[in-house]
Amino acid sequence: MTSFLRLYFNRLLPQLIALGIIVVAVSLVFPGFLNLQIQNGRLYGSLVDILNRGAPVVLLAIGMTVVIATKGIDLSVGAVMAICGATAAAAITSGHSLAATLLITLGVGILCGLWNGVLVAVLDIQPIIATLVLMVAGRGIAQLVTEGAILTFNDPGLIFIGSGSFAGLPMPVVIWLVFGTLVAMLVRRTALGMLIEAVGINRQASTLSGVLTPVLLIVAYVLSGLCAAIAGIIAAADIRGADANNAGLWLELDAILAVVVGGTSLLGGRFSIAASVLGAIIIQAINTGILLSGFPPEFNLIIKAAIIVFILVLQSPRFRTAFAFLVPARGASKPSERAAK
Amino acid sequence: MKPKYLPLTATLVIFLLGYVICVAQYPNMLSTRVIGNLLTDNAFLGIAAVGMTFVILSGGIDLSIGSVIAFTGVFLAVVLEHTSLHPLIAFALVLAIATLFGAAMGAVIHYLEMPAFIVTLAGMFLARGMAFVLSIDSIPIKHPFYATLKGLYFKLPGGGRITLIGGLMLLVFAAGILIAHRTRFGTNVYALGGGTATSRLMGVPVAATTIRIYALSGLLAGLSGIVFSLYTSAGYSLAAVGVELDAITAVVIGGTLLTGGSGFVAGTLVGILIQGLIQTYITFDGSLSSWWTKILIGLLLFAFILLQKGIILVSRHRQQRA
Amino acid sequence: MQTNDDILQAIRIEKTFPGTRALDKVDFHLRRGEVHALLGENGAGKSTLIKCLTGAYRRDGGAILLDDTEVDPRDTFEAQALGIGTVYQEVNLLPNLTVAENLFLGRQPRRFGMVDARAMNRRARDLLADYELDIDVTRDLASYSVAIQQVVAIARAVDLSGKVLILDEPTASLDAHEVAMLFRIIRRLKARGLGIVFVTHFLEQVYEISDRITVLRNGQLVGTRETASLDRRELIAMMIGRELAAEIHAPRAEAQQGPLRYRFRNYGRKGRVRPFDLDVRAGEVVGMAGLLGSGRTETAELLFGAHRADSGEAEIDGRAVDLASPRAAIRHRFGFCPEDRKTSGIVGDLSVRENIVLALQARRGWTRPISRAEQNRLADHYIRALDIRTADREKPIKLLSGGNQQKAILARWLATEPEFLILDEPTRGIDVGAHAEIVKLIEALREKGLSLIVVSSEIEELVAYSTRVIVLRDRAHVAELDGTRITADQIVEAIAATNERRTS
Repeated sequence: MTSFLRLYFNRLLPQLIALGIIVVAVSLVFPGFLNLQIQNGRLYGSLVDILNRGAPVVLLAIGMTVVIATKGIDLSVGAVMAICGATAAAAITSGHSLAATLLITLGVGILCGLWNGVLVAVLDIQPIIATLVLMVAGRGIAQLVTEGAILTFNDPGLIFIGSGSFAGLPMPVVIWLVFGTLVAMLVRRTALGMLIEAVGINRQASTLSGVLTPVLLIVAYVLSGLCAAIAGIIAAADIRGADANNAGLWLELDAILAVVVGGTSLLGGRFSIAASVLGAIIIQAINTGILLSGFPPEFNLIIKAAIIVFILVLQSPRFRTAFAFLVPARGASKPSERAAK
Repeated sequence: MKPKYLPLTATLVIFLLGYVICVAQYPNMLSTRVIGNLLTDNAFLGIAAVGMTFVILSGGIDLSIGSVIAFTGVFLAVVLEHTSLHPLIAFALVLAIATLFGAAMGAVIHYLEMPAFIVTLAGMFLARGMAFVLSIDSIPIKHPFYATLKGLYFKLPGGGRITLIGGLMLLVFAAGILIAHRTRFGTNVYALGGGTATSRLMGVPVAATTIRIYALSGLLAGLSGIVFSLYTSAGYSLAAVGVELDAITAVVIGGTLLTGGSGFVAGTLVGILIQGLIQTYITFDGSLSSWWTKILIGLLLFAFILLQKGIILVSRHRQQRA
Repeated sequence: MQTNDDILQAIRIEKTFPGTRALDKVDFHLRRGEVHALLGENGAGKSTLIKCLTGAYRRDGGAILLDDTEVDPRDTFEAQALGIGTVYQEVNLLPNLTVAENLFLGRQPRRFGMVDARAMNRRARDLLADYELDIDVTRDLASYSVAIQQVVAIARAVDLSGKVLILDEPTASLDAHEVAMLFRIIRRLKARGLGIVFVTHFLEQVYEISDRITVLRNGQLVGTRETASLDRRELIAMMIGRELAAEIHAPRAEAQQGPLRYRFRNYGRKGRVRPFDLDVRAGEVVGMAGLLGSGRTETAELLFGAHRADSGEAEIDGRAVDLASPRAAIRHRFGFCPEDRKTSGIVGDLSVRENIVLALQARRGWTRPISRAEQNRLADHYIRALDIRTADREKPIKLLSGGNQQKAILARWLATEPEFLILDEPTRGIDVGAHAEIVKLIEALREKGLSLIVVSSEIEELVAYSTRVIVLRDRAHVAELDGTRITADQIVEAIAATNERRTS
């Protein structure tokens, strides 16, 4: 068991180091960064803020990880967030109970995922194209629901999801911690994770071994839709209203980035939910850190781009072959294998 | 008819049908003024979409063009405000930067074997970041040369005008069509879309072609940025967000296969016009809400993906029979 | 030195891949104006040799002489410029370009800097006229049949290189009429003085078109002979190595005692394998012999449900069953080791352990995971039982050698406790030690009462473990040998006999 834990730790090491460097760097420039205080039984501080602000991307990254593991991609999650935020606002303002509202919203998210999944698994459309449809149309659908305006609500229950706290932590953090743990348990305690990896690595061999490939693909996209729905509820609850235009805008890109920073290959296969969550936190830490350290916020995107490029270059197959002696771990693809192909 | 013309024909038929429906409802839409505006309003998108067409034909994608457009606008605004350079020199400068930027992305994609999606995503952040660094405010451009350029137009019978930027878009499309079908580079682009490995075996210079494709896309995004700054008379780092998505949509609706290798630059023009037509119709109607544009375009996108899937299935079936 | 009649000489070519020696000091000489057939079963080294000649692979040793000058093409493009052109079975042209563009890609005629499409199309038509082809060269290549695409590919290759033409299985998907057209073209090119290498697995075509034959086997040169003086039986023996087969087969009468369990009647699928009848008893190994493309792999895939049968019935223990998909077959305790280990067998990035439990886990469904302890137990058990050489069970399977990968896939099925095991070329491309172990394993499984179907191109191997051998030819089951009739001679006889019947 200890060896298993060590393996797990090794997998997360690069992300932990990156996060550590960012935290140290920011706290050097902005000494108050690490401060935590408790007010009214709730934790406050920049670190908590990062976890809180990062909630939507963390949630999207959880679903995105599973989709990318199947060798897919889900471009629609930002739009699905908007749809679900709009649905939640519309449901609660039209008098539904909180429970009904949440159920309806999650149902809509699942439906969106199902649509994507069917396009990919049954109609066999390339994932990037299949999910582009909902990415384009989704925001229009969300605006249709809210009729173009920002649909505000004041249901205390729904608002609590965005700004309340539980056990000293902001609700969004509690939600992604719980949900992320649940999904991680779901994929690792059942055989789902391994079967999804198998499909992502070699779909044909998996099918010949009796793996029910189409169902697994659909499950992945449905999970992604569900994650987007939760993220949509949190985003709407946070601003006490549904903004169909801006909710989740371009967050699909951040989510994909989080997965890639987390070390899951865009070519599918091995994945780690925890690493993707860390990836999302790293991205949020960069955002918040740049803000706090007094850097002009306009440098935010450039620094982000530079960090991504750095991480990606490290992961690139060419770089790995050229510098194989530096990074011998994780089965860097051998040149001989490429020749044999 | 050759099957490869089928999506293009479908696009054209949809556009003409849509136009007839619009005119039947609002006869005013037949005027040359509407057509002129259609061209002017979509000029920057159209120019960028030509570059995107080449990228997609080669089997790639370029997510950076919206950011490059914004960067170009801010660059021009800042340069014209703070220096006494003539706009034409500024144009040349910014086009060179945009082209180099695209070429660099192409080089990274080819030499580091990284997916275009991720490389151009990083490029998207980088370009917008550079725009932010130049200025986070919207800077108006008041150079007299801009006013001169904006005053140039070609008068059509019926009161419509083809403005400089509308005409420029048509020129870019004409040049794009020529490059795609009448140069070795154009054939090489299609070849890459047909299969990189086979292309390499057949002697296509894969590295040079890839780099040139993204350089071309960068150049056209830069040109689109110039047009956008003429159109808005300002440079703003938050402008043109999501233009890449509109361009990709126009390319696909225009009948180009997102997997590469098949399609036409001319189709993209029709794709742009369809999107513009939907918007114009909604403006004319006045009661319809703008979100129907997105929903309709999404549906069109879906319809085209199904159509292309169908064509591929049918031709494969026919081949098996043959 | 060789006679200067040779246009191309390959001397002691060596090529090694991790775990296998793909070419072991192979000599190959091609004369001007001859059609030279290059034969051998899958994995014999044919395509590796071709790839070394065309620069697609860098050879590890040996020399290549073209027109008596040593050449060293670094890629296919350079080989082409030197004069060596290649046409592959899957036409290596771009289906989305027009015929003319495919012919002149990279060297389109230009006027004022623009491609002169009219001149290009005219030259394309002229070029193809030499090949009796009068087609619309402005259409996409994809709109033409494979035969025409093949001819276009040949025209391009000859136009670009013009000394040596290598045809890699060009006739695999052509009908008789198209083959005749292709052969007319080949004869014409031969008369022009080109040296032509012809790779195929259709023996009658070899006898029809070739002047000489070179046979490879397991990466080694078996020999080069004049076609006219090489008898068909001898050729087949050269290809599948009967001379190695000691006549050791002991009739296994006891194996016939098992009850009849699997019954297939009129089972087939159009375009893959003609309807056949097949009965398999418990404790029986049914060998499938036949040359490449004879329908042996198709039979295996059909039995496992990888492709759905479109005629006939299947029965297990007297009850009708539907084997519509691999999942359905696995429910009936079938297992299948596919021929192409890399693309259809292993899941490369997963560990040995995960590869071993994959099929069992898939059958149980994702909600009923096999516990980690149980997975470890299974993996360790099979790693030990089958002697899978791996540092530990968590190593990604792609890092193992071919033989060990094969054993792991066998373990994947054994873990599901199968009753009917279909093995397609279980010993291909693996080292001698692993080879013997797999043969032993097959016998052990038979003794345990399993029913096995084994497809193999190694005849002595089939003789060693089969209780019955079915011979396939032209996508049909044509003969069945059992008991004392299972000898290498008889199998070769059966393959060759049907061959002769076809050609006469």
